[in-house]
Amino acid sequence: MGDFNLTKEINTIKSQNNNIGGIASFVGIVRSGSNDTLKSMTLEHYPGMTEKMLKKIESEAKTRWKLKDSLIIHRYGKLLPGEQIVLVATASEHRNNAIKSCEFLIDWLKTKAPFWKLEDTISGKKWVSEKNSDLEAVTKWNN
Amino acid sequence: MNIKYFSWVKDQIGIEAEKIKSPPNIKTVKDLIIYLKTLSDKHNEVLNDTRIIRCAVNMEVVNLDHNINDSDEVAIFPPMTGG
Repeated sequence: MGDFNLTKEINTIKSQNNNIGGIASFVGIVRSGSNDTLKSMTLEHYPGMTEKMLKKIESEAKTRWKLKDSLIIHRYGKLLPGEQIVLVATASEHRNNAIKSCEFLIDWLKTKAPFWKLEDTISGKKWVSEKNSDLEAVTKWNN
Repeated sequence: MNIKYFSWVKDQIGIEAEKIKSPPNIKTVKDLIIYLKTLSDKHNEVLNDTRIIRCAVNMEVVNLDHNINDSDEVAIFPPMTGG
């Protein structure tokens, strides 16, 4: 899936809404590994469920914070170290809603959107395991 | 019933999807997994520890006691690692 351009996406959000006071964004990038051990990362996803879950996650954010707009772009397929994986952007009248909801969206999609990462490293291919820190990050939003 | 596999579940079973004509005693996702384990040694091995796999019915993540029927699409996969 093709790359995205953060500035272009932010400009689109700005042009489609009025009275935006701030836009928060997060861009996830493929790490090269501590000693450049990663050759590539392939993201597999579940077509259909992906779209459904991303929509659901965005609408959950909109019930929790007052947002003017939100955007999630998640790439899949083979990506190289340094390439962009995911973009989350949220726009609101006041900064707090944008910043908090942006963090919420990335935390939720890490464990609730059906993507799986396959790392191709110098020592072979390996599916990435679920991280406890990601599970902890998502539970902090339970209330 | 349509079954889909993803990530290492797919790699280790060796297929990404299969269609099964479910026996009448399959009421829940757990029953389905017990049945799928009888299909081959690979199925049996991969689906043996249900703590490390997740299931979705019609693209919604569900628990093992979720009720299913023949027209459902059931997906079996490891915990998701997006972002």
